[in-house]
Amino acid sequence: MAKAQKGQVRVITGNAVGAYGAMLCRPEVVAAYPITPQSEIAELLSQFKANGVMDAEYVEVEGENSAMNVVLAAGVAGARVFTATSSYGLVFMYDALQEASGFRVPVVMVNANRETPGIHAVSSGQQDMISARDTGWVQIIVENDQEILDQIIMAYRLAEDYDIQLPVMVNYDGFYLSYLAEAVEIPNIEDVDAFLAPLKEQPKRQTLVPGVSKGCGTHGMEMGYVEARYKHCMALERVKNKVDEIDKAFSDYFGRSYGGQLEEYRTEDADIIIIASGSAAGTVKTVIDAKREEGVKVGLVKLRMFRPFPAERIVKALKGKKAIGVIDRSLCFGWKYGPMCMELRALSPEIGPSPILSYIDGLANLDITITHIGRVIDEVSAAAQGKSYQEVTWIPMEE
Amino acid sequence: MAARMLASAFVIEGKSVASFPMYGFERRGAPVVAFTRVDDKPIREKTQIYTPDCLVVIDPGLLALPTLFTGLKPGSAFILNSPKKLTAKPSENLKIGAVVNATQIAVDEIGRDIPNTCLLGAVAAATGWLKLESILDSMPDYLSGDILERNIKSAERGYREVEVIKW
Amino acid sequence: MVIKHKNIFKTESAWSNADELLLCLDTGGWRTERPVLDKEKCNYCGLCALYCPPQCMKDMGDYFEADLAYCKGCGICATECPRKAIAMVPEGEFADG
Repeated sequence: MAKAQKGQVRVITGNAVGAYGAMLCRPEVVAAYPITPQSEIAELLSQFKANGVMDAEYVEVEGENSAMNVVLAAGVAGARVFTATSSYGLVFMYDALQEASGFRVPVVMVNANRETPGIHAVSSGQQDMISARDTGWVQIIVENDQEILDQIIMAYRLAEDYDIQLPVMVNYDGFYLSYLAEAVEIPNIEDVDAFLAPLKEQPKRQTLVPGVSKGCGTHGMEMGYVEARYKHCMALERVKNKVDEIDKAFSDYFGRSYGGQLEEYRTEDADIIIIASGSAAGTVKTVIDAKREEGVKVGLVKLRMFRPFPAERIVKALKGKKAIGVIDRSLCFGWKYGPMCMELRALSPEIGPSPILSYIDGLANLDITITHIGRVIDEVSAAAQGKSYQEVTWIPMEE
Repeated sequence: MAARMLASAFVIEGKSVASFPMYGFERRGAPVVAFTRVDDKPIREKTQIYTPDCLVVIDPGLLALPTLFTGLKPGSAFILNSPKKLTAKPSENLKIGAVVNATQIAVDEIGRDIPNTCLLGAVAAATGWLKLESILDSMPDYLSGDILERNIKSAERGYREVEVIKW
Repeated sequence: MVIKHKNIFKTESAWSNADELLLCLDTGGWRTERPVLDKEKCNYCGLCALYCPPQCMKDMGDYFEADLAYCKGCGICATECPRKAIAMVPEGEFADG
């Protein structure tokens, strides 16, 4: 494939980039309900439609549950669809989320991570994504504005792949990325068309057709249920390699690569590894560079994909490392560890006996600061040397 | 939006920028703080700014805030929108203090109390970190027509009329 | 874990006494202009109190007055008053502003 033309560079926010990403992929049906910190996406998409920049059917809905029902239904009818939400909105569409994945509809949704209900929080955190981790969706987390845009394009290539046919949630930190203005290169729409064109050469997925008697998502009894769920789970397994393939194809075409399932930063010769996700991963890289100057051999595994959990690649990245620190920007109710740490611990037999330290930080617009990360690296380092360590630390409670 | 115009201006000069506001509730008039980082290299750090090199205060009422100057780096700059002059050095670590009556200039030039673009001109003059032209070149991305012209005048006046003290 | 955080809430879940500790900011400090009533024009209809978003209009017996601790200066009372008895005046003009 020829290399893409250079796109236009603009200084725009993460939300605006979310809307551009969707528009460039030429969705046919869009329905989104505004919610802080994502409202700008819904506003911009309706402006694109009004200005004729985007040709989609823009359905005005009265809530997020309807938004997801509208797009999943349009998807079942064969349309390319898009929606966006956050927090309370994500929770409001809880049943529809599961229909979307159960019916194998390739919905692409951006979720601006924000804390969930329970204590009224209008602030950043990954709890919303975590609370939806069992809805059968692919969940990917990005670090900066350029990555939001690029990931949306890659999400369509993944979701609509005939081997996959699953909805994809692109997560980015509310407030930290949703309102973050950075210079972003916006690809030309012709190049996005070209990147998504291989989908047209694949077999067509099943869709509802007017006049033809078909049922979708029916017969959920006994082996009908088991078979459908089995196929769904197997598709999620296939997502892992597919994500890496698509990242390579994106890199070949647009010149930007993100690592696929995970990004490994200075991990090869590292003794200890920090695992983080989202915008905080950027801050971690800054601290790692500083610690490396001091002689600490530390690396970062940036978890880009959370569902399906990139088990094989994580084991490969962590095997033989002396200690691991996981920074979770959310909670796992019922376990003392943070959710990403808890899931990582399921792979302990394959990773080996190294200490795994759980850190909970960055909730509700409290930063994961340079100082916090420095402390995490120091403590994981000490654990690697056999010194005693605290298994779980809620950093904000200790301040 | 002023923080974003500043970000655009720096990008025009070839720098990397990351700028974001922090506030709880999405409404006009609620207190807002905006953080802007500028560098020659790409900016990876995504946190609030605790040790600024420059502090711009748009609401002079904030001078009453005891923590306003906390964390300022030695040699830092302070730009204030106020009708009154700076009589004393408000904080140890400050090297540059600048005052401009941006509210008045905005009311004169734009017709409304939106001092932001005027203050951008003042920032350029006081810090010397970017050219006025870059700020003016960034503005058409956000404004157009008559409103753009008025804001350009406001920014130019901010640049010319800011009083800069070097301690 | 050595917890240094001093609890904000006395209760297990996040209850607060709305007269004392509302974990919301001093919203009165957000104002850039405040409502000023011309008592001659006021006929005590109560529409300002009805429409006030933070519900901070105090019933003074034969007129209503904004509670300046909470009034955010949105101006809806001035817009809704059928007698045009309320004017929005910039904060800078008041001694206690």
